[in-house]
Amino acid sequence: MNKTVTLHQSTGLAALPAPVRRLLGIGVKNVVVPLLGIVLFLGAWSMAARNIDTSLGQFPGPATVAQQFGSLVSEHRAEREKAEAFYQRQEERNAERLALDPTYEAKIRPYTGKETFFDQIRTSLVTVMCGFALAAVIAIPFGIAIGLSETLYTAVNPVIQVLKPISPLAWLPMVTMVVSALYVSADPVVPKSFLNSMITVTLCCLWPMLINTAVGVASISQDLVNVSRVLSLPPLTHVRRIVLPAAVPAIFTGMRLSIGIAWMVLIAAEMLAQNPGLGKFVWDEFQNGSSDSLGRILTAAIVIGFIGFLLDRGMLTIQRFVSWDRNSAAR
Amino acid sequence: MEAIHVFMVRVVCGAAALTVALTAPVAAAELGWPEKEELTFGFIKLTDMAPIAIAYEKGYFEDEGLYVTIEAQANWKVLLDGVIDGRLDGAHMLAGQPLAATIGFGTQAHIITPFSMDLNGNGITVSNAVWDAMKPHVPKQADGRPAHPISASALKPVIDQYRAEGKPFNMGMVFPVSTHNYELRYWLAAGGVHPGFYAPHKGDISGQLEAEALLSVTPPPQMPATLEAGTIYGYCVGEPWNQQAVFKGIGVPVITDYEIWKNNPEKVFGITAEFAEKYPNTTIRLTRALIRAAMWLDANANANRPEAVQILSQSQYVGADAEVIANSMTGTFEYEKGDRREVPDFNVFFRYFATYPYYSDAVWYLTQMRRWGQIDADQPDSWYREVAEKVYRPDLYAVAAKSLVAEGLADAADFPDFSTEDGYRAPQSEFIDGIEYDGTRPNAYIDSFPIGLKTGDRL
Repeated sequence: MNKTVTLHQSTGLAALPAPVRRLLGIGVKNVVVPLLGIVLFLGAWSMAARNIDTSLGQFPGPATVAQQFGSLVSEHRAEREKAEAFYQRQEERNAERLALDPTYEAKIRPYTGKETFFDQIRTSLVTVMCGFALAAVIAIPFGIAIGLSETLYTAVNPVIQVLKPISPLAWLPMVTMVVSALYVSADPVVPKSFLNSMITVTLCCLWPMLINTAVGVASISQDLVNVSRVLSLPPLTHVRRIVLPAAVPAIFTGMRLSIGIAWMVLIAAEMLAQNPGLGKFVWDEFQNGSSDSLGRILTAAIVIGFIGFLLDRGMLTIQRFVSWDRNSAAR
Repeated sequence: MEAIHVFMVRVVCGAAALTVALTAPVAAAELGWPEKEELTFGFIKLTDMAPIAIAYEKGYFEDEGLYVTIEAQANWKVLLDGVIDGRLDGAHMLAGQPLAATIGFGTQAHIITPFSMDLNGNGITVSNAVWDAMKPHVPKQADGRPAHPISASALKPVIDQYRAEGKPFNMGMVFPVSTHNYELRYWLAAGGVHPGFYAPHKGDISGQLEAEALLSVTPPPQMPATLEAGTIYGYCVGEPWNQQAVFKGIGVPVITDYEIWKNNPEKVFGITAEFAEKYPNTTIRLTRALIRAAMWLDANANANRPEAVQILSQSQYVGADAEVIANSMTGTFEYEKGDRREVPDFNVFFRYFATYPYYSDAVWYLTQMRRWGQIDADQPDSWYREVAEKVYRPDLYAVAAKSLVAEGLADAADFPDFSTEDGYRAPQSEFIDGIEYDGTRPNAYIDSFPIGLKTGDRL
């Protein structure tokens, strides 16, 4: 703060009325300082990039990434046009065939062309949301149960502690084999690859939610529990009126941790298993080894980071919204 | 055999169509509609997957009423498993894969091929350090450039030196039953370097028994990176991964497979026998689409190749830079940086009956499997013939080709004469070591190699 004050004085801002000065101070702190950080980072990045020569050419700097992002957008547009042409051709072919073969059950098949970068982003987001939602549906009720019962907690804690640190890379082969064995259907509703990624995500982001919920529930203030006892609330009402509101901050802390893990795990799982999504995009580009590949990988990495950031912020916003104690939401 | 029978009756609307196919135009409907219209095909990022990409991009699959999704696979094992478990309907395969799967080496599954995908297209690359050590042993031609083909005898002293220093001489190939494995072994053995034996009956499937050069599996796209990391000193792989090494300046291709065996058969299109039986019309139709794609690739003396290069360089296909792919696809090959030579037949997709699944090609792969111990015991000549007939299906190819000719989409002269063709090429001798290969006498051929298992040998 001292620094900003001296800055203001030296530039003659001291003459301004105090509220304006304070607003300016906040502006400097919230806008100018982060911008400065970003500019410095971009500068350092492009300096470093210029000095790294890989076998695929120079390491991409910010300009290359921006340009690659542009080309990914135009590729997406071109692919959409191809898709439209595909649907049109299909209708013509169906009509032709119906003329020759009236018994034919014409149907419109989904576009068979490649998935663009933006399709992959959507796939990844859907997968991560489904995996995360499944984990939440399992972890929160179970976490409340073990938080309420110390005996249950003591019983399952060792198992949870051992399962928690297992890497997604270890879960993936098991999930793949189990899904292949159990999910047998001639006309599957969702593809196996989606299930594999989703279940791997679920298995990895279950634990922080479970533990945080349990801890949150277990550490409710004794006063609140006593209130519930005095009112002799039935168990479900006790959970709904006393436990949940008190444990919400802890539950959401667990959920925020989980969604971060879920996103990281998903990208790794997609890369390893070649399941559709951003991870596959990165791996495909790595395999392509063209002079654009590094730029595209870096673009994808930045998008991955940005989406991770948005997921985290989104969770924080929800947490603030549902939490009775606005200050408890950690930054 | 019954399957073919049933199939012929169903597909061709009576045997008449087969016999008069050459004269009477057959409307598409007479072939029978495809039973399965939505298909997924797998491939590995190599330029010789081109017929699949072209059949898609040029609408040949759609002309047959097939809606095909094309998916790049991580490696050959994943690809083969995909075809076996039905995740993929068909795939770009190593010629050895359907054969090995059918005889149960590695995985057991009856895979067939109605379509050979190409001839040639591979190269052997060594690291810069190995090339520098090799170069003094390579004879020079008049202009001072190395005389080709370069024999592995120039590599032998380098390997001996590495071995003397206690460093194992590691080389990469793409799969135990890959063309690349057999070609690398052929080249090494022809130059006096022992590439090692397999002994599956003893559980040894590393292929390194008695080896002077240790061969191991690396997926094609990772070859240059693995070479650069120093894990291997050389590799045999398809394009664009040899030219990639030249571009990156990390290695030097020393020989193409064209020089090891002129016009050697390369990839095949593999489907399960079950698929062909269950979906006979679909099988013929996809074969037709692939034949048309191959014709397009070789039409007018490779006139369409530049366009093919642009298509293949798209990220969903091979994805390497267009100039790298063009290096080999357009009839030249760059050895040492700047040493670009004409190899017009480096990639052959259609001419020389490249797409016809010859039994003799299948038998050659089987002889190499026996030579290096993947087939652990002697088999009579008749066995080689039977396996070839079980896996290679020129009968399916003939139905597809004849229907194309009947529709005026192809010229009968572009195909072998189906009425006389027995599936065995005339004895071939254009190998780097000059040993003659006659597909009808596999055991005699196996016995003619100085290095390798012979009749009666068992490890």
